[in-house]
Amino acid sequence: MELVGVIITGIGVLFLFLGNFGILRLPDVYNRIQAGTKCTTFGTFFTVIGIGIIQPEWFWKCLLIAVFVMFTNPISSHAIARASKKSGIPLCDRSVVDQTREFEEKEEA
Amino acid sequence: MGDNNPHPILRVKNCLYLFIFLLSIWIILTNTFQYEELLTGILISFVLTLILNKNYQKLGLPPIGLKRLVYFIIYILVLLKEIIKANFDVAYRVLHPKMPIKPGIVIIKTELKQDIAKILLANSITLTPGTFTLDIKNDELLIHWIYVRSEEKGESTKKIGKKFEKYLKVVFA
Repeated sequence: MELVGVIITGIGVLFLFLGNFGILRLPDVYNRIQAGTKCTTFGTFFTVIGIGIIQPEWFWKCLLIAVFVMFTNPISSHAIARASKKSGIPLCDRSVVDQTREFEEKEEA
Repeated sequence: MGDNNPHPILRVKNCLYLFIFLLSIWIILTNTFQYEELLTGILISFVLTLILNKNYQKLGLPPIGLKRLVYFIIYILVLLKEIIKANFDVAYRVLHPKMPIKPGIVIIKTELKQDIAKILLANSITLTPGTFTLDIKNDELLIHWIYVRSEEKGESTKKIGKKFEKYLKVVFA
């Protein structure tokens, strides 16, 4: 049972590592948030569940933590992205389309 | 948003759901069924229910029914599948030497009415491969897409939102 827990925690750590690697490699704020959100959700989920399997009496608490992380992680990334958009941080040069202006204009109409 | 002044029986029912939800969190956290612990939990859940009831009503959660529950479970399963796909997708893009990204910001439309349903949709879009929600306004969502496949509104709505929307529409009908 402990081995299973260690393997699952290991998978989680691997995904957390990939998320950090993505934050280093990708070109601008928005793409970095993509890596930051997805890999940390999965990574945290697996790490916490793995700990729950190693220590069975913590399992339900760990599951609760994992569910809360799954619900709150998108919200925090959304807040960061919206703030950076509002403060006018530009997209990187590889971007192909930006419909923000169209979206903003609708508000005034 | 739901009705501001729902039927009294419905209100009591909503209170009961909130109470059961809070109490189950308490039981998970304390991890015992001892008499004193349970009593404290019931007391605290009851007080919190009274305080939070008004905010909870504002969310406009629908009454629980069998069909809704089944669709909600299907929605959760689809979401889990998408989360797993999303992680391998990001891992692939990050590890690929040339980084196959084509980022952009697009608008999609939603047919959902309630705020809570829109929050769920926006959160699920954030957790699915290559997309996350920047902003919501009325029935439109601003989406950042790491690999833009279509710039036209209808087309991108179909590609990003539809797979969740069809379940959420039944849950919040």
